Amino acid sequence: MNLEWYLVLSALLFAIGIIGVMVRRNPVVILLCLELMLSAGALALLTFSRMLGNQDGQVFVLIVLVVAAAEVVVGLGLVVAMFRRRLPLDVDEMKELKG
Amino acid sequence: MEAVAFFLGAIGALGGAVAVVTLRNPFYAVLALVVHLVFLAGIFLLLRAQFLAAAQIIVYAGAVMVIYVFVAAYVGGVEEPSWDASPELKVIGPLMAGALFVAISIAVIGSSLTALGTGGPEKLADDFGTPAGVGMAMLEDFLLPFEAASLLLMLAAVAAVILAGRKRRGKEDPA
Repeated sequence: MNLEWYLVLSALLFAIGIIGVMVRRNPVVILLCLELMLSAGALALLTFSRMLGNQDGQVFVLIVLVVAAAEVVVGLGLVVAMFRRRLPLDVDEMKELKG
Repeated sequence: MEAVAFFLGAIGALGGAVAVVTLRNPFYAVLALVVHLVFLAGIFLLLRAQFLAAAQIIVYAGAVMVIYVFVAAYVGGVEEPSWDASPELKVIGPLMAGALFVAISIAVIGSSLTALGTGGPEKLADDFGTPAGVGMAMLEDFLLPFEAASLLLMLAAVAAVILAGRKRRGKEDPA
């Protein structure tokens, strides 16, 4: 089977993630859509790794996994901090960085 | 056979992704992302990435999504009207995503990646995608990224504690 299909699927997932980041307003959902985009990138890396018969791409997917975990921890920490300050959980309403 | 498995996995993954973007309740969106990640792990298996498929299920669909579920429950499932962005974004978002998809597809199919050979090599190494193979590649050729990733994880843990754990006097936790 032709491996280009996997790359097209990756592009589709990335596009869906971009739509989500742009039109949704809840920061938790925006982080979820970022995860979609990251997993699309991981799929592309794995596809090229398979095309070349070389495992280096798989190592980088592991690194992407680690970066995604770190991003989730920091992002959700921010969401919890916002909730505790009784700030509205709506990215259109957040206009200042006052602590 | 591979094509059937791929399209089943692709339909599942795309369905999960669309559900994440369209569902109003953030809690349901998190569960939809779990579905998406599980189907994606199946696609990883088709690409001979056994170890990463397992890691995806354990780390991503398991651990990371538990944090998401916790936070979605903690801040309350605030129902937002779906597609409630500003009118400009409603138009620009899908347009930009469509343009990006077309551009990537042209790059992938148009050039047809002749240098790579899109079928992939017939014979792969015996340890391709296994924990042994990936581990050897990571600890021999990619030791520096590996160490940098460990440092990043530690920094993220410290940052999360500082961000979420700060108590201010005179303000009580609403939870």
